[in-house]
Amino acid sequence: MRHNLMETKKLIELLGEKLSSFIVKADKMPNNDLLILIKKESLLSVMDTLKNDLELKFNVLMNHLGVDYTESFAVIYNLYSFKLKKKVTVKAYMEHENPEVDSIESVFKGVNWFERETYDLLGIRFRGHSNLKRLLLPSDWEGHPLRKDYIYPEEYNGLILKREENCK
Amino acid sequence: MTEFALEEMILNMGPHHPSTHGVLRFIVRTDGEMMLRATPDVGFLHRGIEKIAELMPYESFMPYTDRIDYLSSLNCNLGYALTVERLAGIEAPEKAEYLRVIGAELTRIGSHLIAVGALLLDLGAVTPFVHALRERETYNSLMEMLCGARLTHHYVRIGGVAFDAPDGFIEKALSFVNHLEYEFLDEFNKLISFNSILIKRLANVGIITPEKALEFTLVGPNLRGSGIKFDLRKDEPYSIYDRFDFEIPSGSGKFGVQGDAYDRYWVRIEEIKQSCRIVRQAINQMPEHGEIKTKISKPFKIPAGEIYVRTECPRGELGFYLISAGGKTPYRLKIRTGSFSAMTIIEELSEGVMVADLVAIIGSLDVVAPEIDR
Repeated sequence: MRHNLMETKKLIELLGEKLSSFIVKADKMPNNDLLILIKKESLLSVMDTLKNDLELKFNVLMNHLGVDYTESFAVIYNLYSFKLKKKVTVKAYMEHENPEVDSIESVFKGVNWFERETYDLLGIRFRGHSNLKRLLLPSDWEGHPLRKDYIYPEEYNGLILKREENCK
Repeated sequence: MTEFALEEMILNMGPHHPSTHGVLRFIVRTDGEMMLRATPDVGFLHRGIEKIAELMPYESFMPYTDRIDYLSSLNCNLGYALTVERLAGIEAPEKAEYLRVIGAELTRIGSHLIAVGALLLDLGAVTPFVHALRERETYNSLMEMLCGARLTHHYVRIGGVAFDAPDGFIEKALSFVNHLEYEFLDEFNKLISFNSILIKRLANVGIITPEKALEFTLVGPNLRGSGIKFDLRKDEPYSIYDRFDFEIPSGSGKFGVQGDAYDRYWVRIEEIKQSCRIVRQAINQMPEHGEIKTKISKPFKIPAGEIYVRTECPRGELGFYLISAGGKTPYRLKIRTGSFSAMTIIEELSEGVMVADLVAIIGSLDVVAPEIDR
């Protein structure tokens, strides 16, 4: 691609230099993007370095999502750097029981709604979030639908949600 | 003389309000005509598309992508198809890529026509909306010719497209873009774009500085309206966009400050022109014969892995984060849309503006409710 100013290899070296103590594993994704695995305790400092380091400047938060891996949960952040014209994916795992991770709102203000959505649909709590309420579902909804063990409700406030199996 | 005390009043705007573009609610705190804050309340159109994706085969999910954003369904099809193709390591034939680009750019034109038309309608200018709809009617018929549907196209398939262009489609598409670029846009601009009332309503309203745009993760025309020249079609060319010559319009404070509502409006008008150029070039370059779909294995399975692919939709970056565990269905599919981030900035922009300006701000950000809620 025209704008590939820097090969992925070089980026791995540069990130290794800046974040050596935090990176658990670095991997290439199928489209040559870089995926770095970190410990969830170091999430805030990694994000801060990625955004504010003058050589990296990953200042665009493209995407955030949470994943339920049945034994664990993961949070994923996709960042982009205008300076390097490169994308990086940051991933951190956490335990399945009471999933909780630091909110990165202090670094990326725009993550507010993304984290609310993850909390709403997956039940991952974000420590230090300014307004951690449900976003898409009603506030009295029970459970988190994107969890793999989610049981569909049969009724909500008098509304029958159970689907009739044979409506021929 | 009676003293008028300052009094805060809480008003409910929506969920069914003509200017909210879908089912969307704002809790507006006002003091007379001044607005203190408008807090968006979303989720009325939450259909759980991401959960549905986990329950069905990759190919069967395609019609659901139409419903992410009903105004640009073909672009959503394309984004999903590209994501799956890249993870599975398959490529669409050349002719299919051209048909995809032609369809996607025509859809972008159709979507922008609604975006600018509806903004003007919300501001009280009904006539230009009808003009925009007249042109959109031609676009709808064109898409009907191509794929049989007028709104939810379901045209792109994994590995290609569903149908070849029918006889007469190319000529009609060509005359449509020529008409738009050389006749309609001039007429439209004379009619409304340079109208001094419109300029007064839009210029210097809802100013978003480039720093703020990045902070709130704005994408697409809203980001470019703030003066940041970033377009995925140019900066991260997907499909065959690197073969076309076009420009990236960006806001420059035409009648006010850079990043105001007028800039965002003007970027969309200019983008219609650029899309016309791309369609014309694609039609000229497209091979006459050739395959339109790569055969995919049945049942279709993708090796385990994860990928994030983003494409430029009319409402900005549409990203799919796909995680495959090696089965027939996605393990997790996250859809990141442009309206979602545009919505977050409204609360901040609404502080201390007039109530009438809120409509201009929402309209200029071009939010589509189903895209926020998914």
